[in-house]
Amino acid sequence: VVARRCGGVWRRVWQHGAGGPGAAPTSRGQRAAATACNARGRAAPAGKSGLAPWVPVVGLEIHAQISSNSKLFSGSQVQFAAPPNSLVSFFDASLPGTLPVLNRRCVEAAVMTGLALNCSINKKSLFDRKHYFYADLPAGYQITQQRVPIAVNGSLSYNLCIDNKMSQMVTKTVRIKQIQLEQDSGKSLHDDTRSQTLVDLNRAGVGLMEVVMEPDMCCGEEAAAAVRELQLILQTLGSSQAVMAEGQLRVDANVSVHRPGEPYGVRTEVKNINSIRFLAKAVDYEIQRQIEELENGGTILNETRAFDAKLGCTVPMRDKEGKQDYRFMPEPNLPPLILYDAKSLPANMNHQQVVNIDWIHERLPDLPSVKRAKLVERYGILPEHSFALLNEDGLTEFFENVVKQTQMKPKKVIGWILNVLLSYLKQHSLTAKESPVSSFLLADLLNLLEKKEISSTAAKQVLAELWKGEGKTPLEIVKEKKLELIQDQKELEQICQAVIDGQENEVIMMVLG
Amino acid sequence: RDWRFQVSAALKEGHVTPTELCQRCLALIKSTKFLNAYITVAEETALKQAEESEKRYKRGQPLGVLDGIPVAVKDNFNTAGIETTCASNMLKGYISPYNATVVQKLLDQGAVLLGKTNLDEFAMGSGSTDGVFGPVRNPWSYSRQYKEKSVPKLRSVDEESNWVITGGSSGGSAAAVSSFTCFAALGSDTGGSTRNPAAHCGVVGLKPTYGLISRHGLIPLVNSMDVPGILTRCVDDAAVVLGLLAGHDPKDSTTIQDNFKPFELPNLPDVSKLSIGIPKEYHAPGLSSEILALWSKAADFFKNAGAKVIEVSLPHTRYSIVCYHVLCTAEVASNMARFDGLEYGHRSDMNKSTESMYAATRREGFNDVVRGRILSGNYFLLKQNYENYFIKAQKVRRLIANDFLKVFGSGVDILLTPTTLSDAVPYTEFIKEDNRTRSTQDDIFTQAANMAGLPAINVPTALSERGLPVGLQFIGRSFQEKQLLTVAKWFENQVKFPMIQLEEVKRHNLDVFQHEKSASFS
Repeated sequence: VVARRCGGVWRRVWQHGAGGPGAAPTSRGQRAAATACNARGRAAPAGKSGLAPWVPVVGLEIHAQISSNSKLFSGSQVQFAAPPNSLVSFFDASLPGTLPVLNRRCVEAAVMTGLALNCSINKKSLFDRKHYFYADLPAGYQITQQRVPIAVNGSLSYNLCIDNKMSQMVTKTVRIKQIQLEQDSGKSLHDDTRSQTLVDLNRAGVGLMEVVMEPDMCCGEEAAAAVRELQLILQTLGSSQAVMAEGQLRVDANVSVHRPGEPYGVRTEVKNINSIRFLAKAVDYEIQRQIEELENGGTILNETRAFDAKLGCTVPMRDKEGKQDYRFMPEPNLPPLILYDAKSLPANMNHQQVVNIDWIHERLPDLPSVKRAKLVERYGILPEHSFALLNEDGLTEFFENVVKQTQMKPKKVIGWILNVLLSYLKQHSLTAKESPVSSFLLADLLNLLEKKEISSTAAKQVLAELWKGEGKTPLEIVKEKKLELIQDQKELEQICQAVIDGQENEVIMMVLG
Repeated sequence: RDWRFQVSAALKEGHVTPTELCQRCLALIKSTKFLNAYITVAEETALKQAEESEKRYKRGQPLGVLDGIPVAVKDNFNTAGIETTCASNMLKGYISPYNATVVQKLLDQGAVLLGKTNLDEFAMGSGSTDGVFGPVRNPWSYSRQYKEKSVPKLRSVDEESNWVITGGSSGGSAAAVSSFTCFAALGSDTGGSTRNPAAHCGVVGLKPTYGLISRHGLIPLVNSMDVPGILTRCVDDAAVVLGLLAGHDPKDSTTIQDNFKPFELPNLPDVSKLSIGIPKEYHAPGLSSEILALWSKAADFFKNAGAKVIEVSLPHTRYSIVCYHVLCTAEVASNMARFDGLEYGHRSDMNKSTESMYAATRREGFNDVVRGRILSGNYFLLKQNYENYFIKAQKVRRLIANDFLKVFGSGVDILLTPTTLSDAVPYTEFIKEDNRTRSTQDDIFTQAANMAGLPAINVPTALSERGLPVGLQFIGRSFQEKQLLTVAKWFENQVKFPMIQLEEVKRHNLDVFQHEKSASFS
């Protein structure tokens, strides 16, 4: 069992009278930013009421689209931004008489994810129907795993910087309640001017893993860090591409506040969060809004709210049809999903027919936390450097390739990667794989620096030239721009002499003092 | 001598060509149109299929026993290019882009698909009277037997009010086989929908074990109980069709994984070593004395043949109807949710909002029976009711299934029961009660087999005093179809059920058909 909460408490830091009813949402948002959760959980002063401070509680429900060639229960292809309704099988369109057939790849992805999140994998899990009418849900129900999900009782460790300093990091853990397999819905596009709704079923039936995190977080920053770590894990496993901008990772946050020692407050669900940065903002805003509401004698409604990225605040969502009763029912067309391990695997079973948990376990790649530890150990870099490396797609591989090809110590190489190359990449919104300067060229350049053939300043100039991608080698650029450091004593003396000779008056002045 | 599909032998020997056979059936469909057995007759494609079959016979390479044989399919199976309506306004005009697996298998065997047969809307009913295309009439209503025995006694000599129902919901398929318009038909069986009309129409109706035949393409009523049913004129034919349809389907995850081995039934079945169970709870109130007498006579047949006949108890069967009501309506509520007017089927003109369009579409598209079941099913699935109704019903279902396991575990091989309470009633009588009351009465002997997933078969047994068919039901162990059908065939041989005497059949001089029918009894 891990800690339930970070122990952090939330404070009102603004002055009496600064907020209050009727305050503009933007000012609220600003205050929310100012009261970002302190990861160390410093004791906080009481609110204006003189009571103990508020304890915020944050839980997350994360939908990760499974990276798979085909959908969860049909053979349709999965592809982002394909022409509307071009990837729709008879089953996806819910034609009468069609039946679901479970995609093995999706099951394996969920098992992999469950194992990576320290879950126990249920050897028998079940599918259920969740009913509601919506235009982009053709069958009128979603197939999900309500009763017995594929994985339960896991945990996710993530790191948090204290006071925004990379050098001070703490490790936190959030419990994973469960991972369930379920179908994605289609997309509805509302054309208000023509009062029409257009439906695209390409996404309908794509496999999702819903990862339910227990309310073990207490602020936006923690929620953001946990989701970022999950994102890295999913990408490392390849079980989801987890690109938030493409909707492959969707996060809903459950937020409530209560007084210490008292039961949890009424929670709201915040949806429509499109990036990790917005997640932190949305959660912090919502915490602040609830505190303010309660301190002003109001109550919190158990409602769904949407995050408005432009205004930086959450607003009540127009509820689809009031309170929904999903009328859950076992999915009768799918037998229980049975998984095996080395012990339970029947001898005569066709291996194509079964999913073996142990087999998957043995083939799990190094998870981000392990990769970081290995980087620190192998290259002697600082832990925060390992975070920075893993945080960028392909940067670790780039760094390791450079290290392999240069005589420069990894500890020095890391500076060039994180301080110089990374800022170039960010300026141009490129990933390490797309860098116009290959690891080979950078290694070449760093070798010149290491052999003291050029100065550090000159090296930066060369890198700027290399970035143009004109196909020149670092040495060619150095020669062309005459950036070499001069090693020959006589040559240096001659140059100095020439300078002195040309400036007789100044020399005399200096000699005279 | 091979008893299976005698008409197949006639085709092989060239006594008749597939095209001739198809044309004769089509002509008979036309002259028996008043039966309302077919919703769609696919004349053009049927003739084309017959032509293809004829070429194969000419090359001496027929695809199998079913090549060139005219068949019909209940209109709740998807057929590519041929309308699939479920006898509902919701799907009127709906042409599916794919074939149900069972339909595809029939076509792959060279069978000629004559058309789609009538049913209760979405198979919800036990009379084949509640479809949007009107009720199906039992061919026996027009038989010499019924006319001679019943009509003089009836107050009304008006034929219009004397005709009797087929039972249902696969009444169209049963009527089609019974009236010789096809040689085999597919039905579906959720609570007795194949066996009940088979009993009333005097044909063999087989409900195989759940999971033995693919449901892919069968528009569902209750997914956990639906099974494609087989209607034929003799048990051997049912065994042939079963052999061609059974087995794993990758498109239906609830089908068995093991390969199914088609079987032939012994020519001289032996029942002397068998133990036949007579469930005492099936002495239900309302059981006609005629059927009761037949039932005990049937038991005597087995006794006389050396079989052990013992009374057994299925104590939970009496809860089957109420349990079925909860489970059926719950699944119906769920299955019908897809009919929203968006992707296919009927769409109302109402366009105030998406929700109002849904509501109007579903009100216009479904009849009262379907809407009623959707309503109660949703009620049972509500969070506050789920434990009290759905979960309880599932538990009762398990008890019902366990009753059967216990009986079969005690050494009983086959259960012998009535199929229906009485012979078919006139339509005018039938519609005096509502669909729900009728269904609870009519499915009383058949439903438990669906609850337990067991194979069961109706074998036509005798004619009632009114000259109408009466059948008895055999229920077997899971996946023991061979044993079940062997017993059914033996029984069929004992009872020598008479052939229907229809003017229309005589008029068409369908000697091939007569030949085929008589084969079973010689």
